[in-house]
Amino acid sequence: MSDTAPTQPSSGAQEFSPAHVGRLAGRLFGPLLGAVAIFGQHMLLLVRAFTWLFRRPFRMRLFLEQMEFIGVGSLPIIMLVGFFSGAVTALQGITALAMFDQQRWVGYAVGVSLARELAPVFTALMITARAGSAMATELGSMRITEQIDALTTFAVNPVHYLVTPRVVASILMLPVMTMVFNALGLLGGYVISILVYQIDLGQVLELFRHWVDPVDYVQGLIKAVIFGIAMALAACYQGFNVRGGAKEVGRATTAAVVSSSVSVLILDYFLIEIMNVIWPSHGM
Amino acid sequence: MTNGIGTRDERWQIQIRGLRKSFGSQQVLRGVDLDFERGKTNIVIGGSGQGKSVLMKHLMGLLQPDSGHIYVDGEDIVGLDEVAIAKVQRKFGMVFQYAALFDSLNVVENIAFPLIERYRLPRSEILERVRDLLRRLDLDNVPGVEEKFPAELSGGMRKRVGLARALVDRPQILLYDEPTTGLDPIATKNVDEMIRRTADDFGVTSVVISHDMASTFRIGDRVAMLYDGTIIACGTPAELLAAPDPRLREFVEPSGAVKFEALS
Repeated sequence: MSDTAPTQPSSGAQEFSPAHVGRLAGRLFGPLLGAVAIFGQHMLLLVRAFTWLFRRPFRMRLFLEQMEFIGVGSLPIIMLVGFFSGAVTALQGITALAMFDQQRWVGYAVGVSLARELAPVFTALMITARAGSAMATELGSMRITEQIDALTTFAVNPVHYLVTPRVVASILMLPVMTMVFNALGLLGGYVISILVYQIDLGQVLELFRHWVDPVDYVQGLIKAVIFGIAMALAACYQGFNVRGGAKEVGRATTAAVVSSSVSVLILDYFLIEIMNVIWPSHGM
Repeated sequence: MTNGIGTRDERWQIQIRGLRKSFGSQQVLRGVDLDFERGKTNIVIGGSGQGKSVLMKHLMGLLQPDSGHIYVDGEDIVGLDEVAIAKVQRKFGMVFQYAALFDSLNVVENIAFPLIERYRLPRSEILERVRDLLRRLDLDNVPGVEEKFPAELSGGMRKRVGLARALVDRPQILLYDEPTTGLDPIATKNVDEMIRRTADDFGVTSVVISHDMASTFRIGDRVAMLYDGTIIACGTPAELLAAPDPRLREFVEPSGAVKFEALS
């Protein structure tokens, strides 16, 4: 559209000057560079949040408030989703295993899928929807109402005061919530397989105990920590960088939820690849 | 005007010299020279986007200029490190346009915030200072005001709580960022009165950023006009009206707040 280069009167000939190549490269790699820049800004925020963690004053109240909000506040929804995820996995597992008359494996199937995948991923997605969106909205409205500027006039660093507690609380609470999800998921699986489908409890438990490894839970919890960082960073970054009015706060909230959810799923893939290298016998 | 740079000056508390600031290719301040008088109400007027807020942020050390100096009580605050800036910032209190109270804290916690962050004072002393301010700003006649959150307060009360927060650490200089924007005439008059009374009662130097002409000429001891990044007029309201700059006239006249009798 804007290709009307005034310096080139002979427009008929097809020439490839370095300027053309540059423009083409810009068009091809521009969005990629933008993405890299945004990723870099997230990482910078993470580094700053951690640097401030070790500097005085330590405001314990802020950390506890955030842990309460992210953890305790999310408890009912995590329990509900956890129970039904376990129940659904059991239901599908039993249907599939019935083809080989091997329903007693359902305990293992539910346990391992919860531990490695369902619990960390669903927990991260649910907490993103509930707490991540709220974080972005809160920081965004603090920005547009000059509350963040007000902090700096009292020589309080906004990253120290606002971002560090949120990141730390997410890192601590996501694994806890993941374990709650696991427990409720197993309960859901128990209700379906033992109470509804009347599968022998002894066999189910024995196979579960024998085949589900603590490493499965360790892997899930490592994921939960990393998802926690991703969620808190996306929310804080979007909220912190709001410029303009209320509409922009809404936009930032949407962006935070989308980028957090997408990065959880993408990170999940890469984490599996990495963990398959670290625990090769545990791969497939 | 040149007296006292580098040393504490009895008359001028803040002296700005050759302040320049650009954001990218956009020059916002192009060499600002301006003095603020101790204990008086100093008003900076100018249209939107003329650099008023940027100038204000420089005063508190929230922005660093590209070049120039700002002397507060004779001390140049440009280029100071974080600790030294924090010390200078204690001389200032800032009253934000829409109060900028912290939503998650109640009235007492909001007002006490600067004290809690800056010092280790006993709780009783903090509470005493907060209650004293509530009384002096006529906020104590509202039942249960201490426990209220900003969302439960009216606009005018929020403004006064914001003023209380700015005053709690006993600043020498109070900065007001467009204090009457978006207020009706009666509320505007109340805020004007509040600024005057605060200046008298607390003996502070007031610096007000404004584009409200009626207020400016009502409460200002000294008025300066920022236009296109420089100060084009500065003096008492009477001085400004006696020899009006055409650009000042253009800005002031449409508001109908003052009349330039000498002009046809």
